Amino acid sequence: MSAGFKEEVSAAKERWEERARKAELRKACFDTLSGEKVEPLYGPWNSGGEPFAEKIGFPGEFPFTRGPYDTMYRGRIWTMRQFSGFGTPRDTNRRYKFLLERGQTGLSVAFDMPTLMGRSSDDPLCEGEVGRCGVAVSSLADMEALFDGIPLGEVSTSMTINGPAAILWAYYIAVAEKQGVPRSKLRGTIQNDILKEYIAQKEFIFPPAPSMRLVVDTMEFAARELPKWHPISISGYHIREAGATAVQELAFTLADGFTYVEAAMKRGLKVDEFAPQLSFFFDVHSEFFEEIAKFRAARRIWAKRMRFCYGARKEESWRLKCHAQTAGVSLTAQQPENNVVRVALQALAAVLGGTQSLHTNSLDETLALPTERAVKIALRTQQIIAEETGVSNVIDPLGGSYYVEALTDRMEAAAEDYFRRIEALGGVVAGIEQGFFQREIGEAAYRLQREYERGERAVVGVNKYVEPDEGVPTLKIEMETERAQVEAVRELKRRREARKVERALERVREAARSEANIMPALIEAAHAYATLGETVDAMKGVFGAYVEPAIV
Amino acid sequence: MSTAPANEPKIRVLISKCGLDGHDRGARVVARALRDFGFEVIYLGIHQTPESVVEAALQEDVDAIGISIHSAAHMTIFPRILELLRKNGAGSVLLTGGGIIPREDAEALKRMGVGELFGPGSSMEDLARYIRAEVAARRTEAEAGRAPEEKRP
Repeated sequence: MSAGFKEEVSAAKERWEERARKAELRKACFDTLSGEKVEPLYGPWNSGGEPFAEKIGFPGEFPFTRGPYDTMYRGRIWTMRQFSGFGTPRDTNRRYKFLLERGQTGLSVAFDMPTLMGRSSDDPLCEGEVGRCGVAVSSLADMEALFDGIPLGEVSTSMTINGPAAILWAYYIAVAEKQGVPRSKLRGTIQNDILKEYIAQKEFIFPPAPSMRLVVDTMEFAARELPKWHPISISGYHIREAGATAVQELAFTLADGFTYVEAAMKRGLKVDEFAPQLSFFFDVHSEFFEEIAKFRAARRIWAKRMRFCYGARKEESWRLKCHAQTAGVSLTAQQPENNVVRVALQALAAVLGGTQSLHTNSLDETLALPTERAVKIALRTQQIIAEETGVSNVIDPLGGSYYVEALTDRMEAAAEDYFRRIEALGGVVAGIEQGFFQREIGEAAYRLQREYERGERAVVGVNKYVEPDEGVPTLKIEMETERAQVEAVRELKRRREARKVERALERVREAARSEANIMPALIEAAHAYATLGETVDAMKGVFGAYVEPAIV
Repeated sequence: MSTAPANEPKIRVLISKCGLDGHDRGARVVARALRDFGFEVIYLGIHQTPESVVEAALQEDVDAIGISIHSAAHMTIFPRILELLRKNGAGSVLLTGGGIIPREDAEALKRMGVGELFGPGSSMEDLARYIRAEVAARRTEAEAGRAPEEKRP
C-alpha cells in the first residue's frame, strides 16, 4: 500500500466510524455460529492475506490456500457423491444404480450401526438396528450383492467405516478380485479415522494403540498395492456435528492427521510414500464465510506442516484434498422444506472453499433416512451450483476478500494455539484419554444450545417464524428387512466351508499377534466367508475392547 | 423458571443411550441442562442395554429415565425398558426420551406407556418442565396408594 493510499483509507475509515457510531444497530448477536467476534467492516487495514506469496499465492502450488489444483473446477467439477445405504445389500444396490443413472459420479456407502460396530446382523445385540441407518454388510457375500453389476474398475467408492475399516476394505478388494479387477486399478476411500471416533462419533471397537496399528497397516498396504486408494479420510465432520466450533473442527482434525503421519513414519514408511494418499473430510455449516475460510486455512496449515515439519518433498504430499458434507445438525425437523435452502447455501460455501467432492444432505434427514425424491433434490442442488451459477468458472473467487483473508489468517492462528495445547497434553491419544476433546466439544455444544434457548440465535421455523408442523413423507424400513438379513447370515454360515473359515480366522489371530501387516490375512478371511463379527472377535481376542468413561 | 421448589425432594433422572449408537451430543446436552435446572442427573453414557439401564435405575432409585436414540431402534428399546420396569415393580418410573423418532412411532410408544418424546429443536426448558410435572403427578398418585399403571386396562 502506498503512503498516499494508506492516508486516504485511514481518513475515510475515520469518517465512516464516526457515522457508524451514531447509527442505531439491530439488537442481534453479530458473532459467528462458532462464537467468534467479527468486525462490522473489513478493509486493507486488516492486512489479511499478506504477504501475498506466503498467504494467498496461486492454486496448485504451495501453500495451496487457493486450491489444491491448477485449474480447479475449470478442469473438472467436484465429485458429486451422495452418501447412501439402507436395508439389505440388494436394496442399496438398487439405490446406487438409481443415483448413477441420474448423473452421480461416485458411490458412498453408509453402513448400518451393527456393521459400523463390527457386528454381524445375527448378533443378538444388534436387534432393532439391522439395516436401519445404513446397509448391513456382514460378510463378503453381502459386499458382492452390494456391488452386483457395478464394475469396480470404473467407479470410485467411498466407505464410511472406521473401527472395522480394514475388514470391510478386505471385502471390497475381494469383490474386485472376483470381478477380475486388479488392486492397482481400484479407486476410493475408506474413512478409517479412528481418532475422531474416540473424540466424537464413538464408533470404536479396540483400544487406541491396536487401532492405530490397524490404520498404519492400511496406509502401508495402500502405499504398496492400491496407489489410487485413499486409506484414510481424516474427518472433521463428526467432530463438528458433535458440537465443536469451526476452529475446533479445523484444529482437532489436522491434529489427528499429524498423529497418523507420525505413526506411519514411526513404522518406517517415508512420508512421501504415503502422504499423497491421505484425504480429508470436513463439515460445511451455515456460517458462510467462516466455512470458506476454514477450507482455505486447512490447506495452508497442512502444506506448511508436511513440508517444514515432516520434511515431505513431493508437492503431492503437501496438497490437502478433501470431501465435504453439508451440516446434518443444521437441518430442522420443523418446516423441513427450508432445509433445501440451508443445504444449497452450505454447498455453495464448500464449493467456494474449494472442495474436491461433496455430499448434500436431503431435506428429510432429521426425520428418517431420505426418500428418493429428497435425495434427487439434494443432488440437483449441486448440479445447479455447478452448471447455473458461474461459481465454478473462476478459481478461489473470494481470494483477496479483506474479510475472508482475515478470517483465514485468524483460523490458522487459532488452530496453531490448539496444536500447542494438544502437544502440552502429550498428543492426541493422551488428550483423548484425559477427556480433553470430549469436554471442549461438550462445552461448545452446550453454549450453542443455551443461545438457541435464550433466543439469542435464531433458527427459522424452530425459535422464530414458527408454524404448526405439517410434516413430509418419510422412508420406512420394514422390520422384515432385519429378519431377511439375519436369515441370510445364518444361511451363509450353513453353506460355507467351516474348516476353511477356522483356518482363516487363525491366520487373522496370528497376524494380529505378530508385527506383520494384517491385510493379507483379512483378505483371505473375506474369501473364506468369515463373517464380520467372527473376524472382529478374533481380533478382539488379541487387541481387547475399548470402553469409554462417561463424561457429561 | 425451571428450578425446583425448595421444599420438594430433588428429582432423580437417569440419562443414557442404548444399543450400538454413539451419537451422544443430545444426551450430554440434556444431562447438563437438567443438572443446571436442579435435577439430580445420573449419566450412564453410551452403549447400554435395556437391562443395564433398568438395573441402574433401580439401584439409583430414579424418578425418570431419559433415553436418546438416533439409531431407529426405538421400537425395540423403549418397549423392552418399559417391560423390565414393570416386571421389577418400577412401573411408576417415567420413561421419556428423544432423538430421531417418527411421529407415528412416538404415538405408538405413548400408547404403550412411554412418556413424551422430544425431537430435534426441542427446548430444554420444556423438557425440564415436563419431567417436573409428570414426576409430581406420579408421586401424588403413589402417595394416594395407586401406581399409575394399575389404572390402565
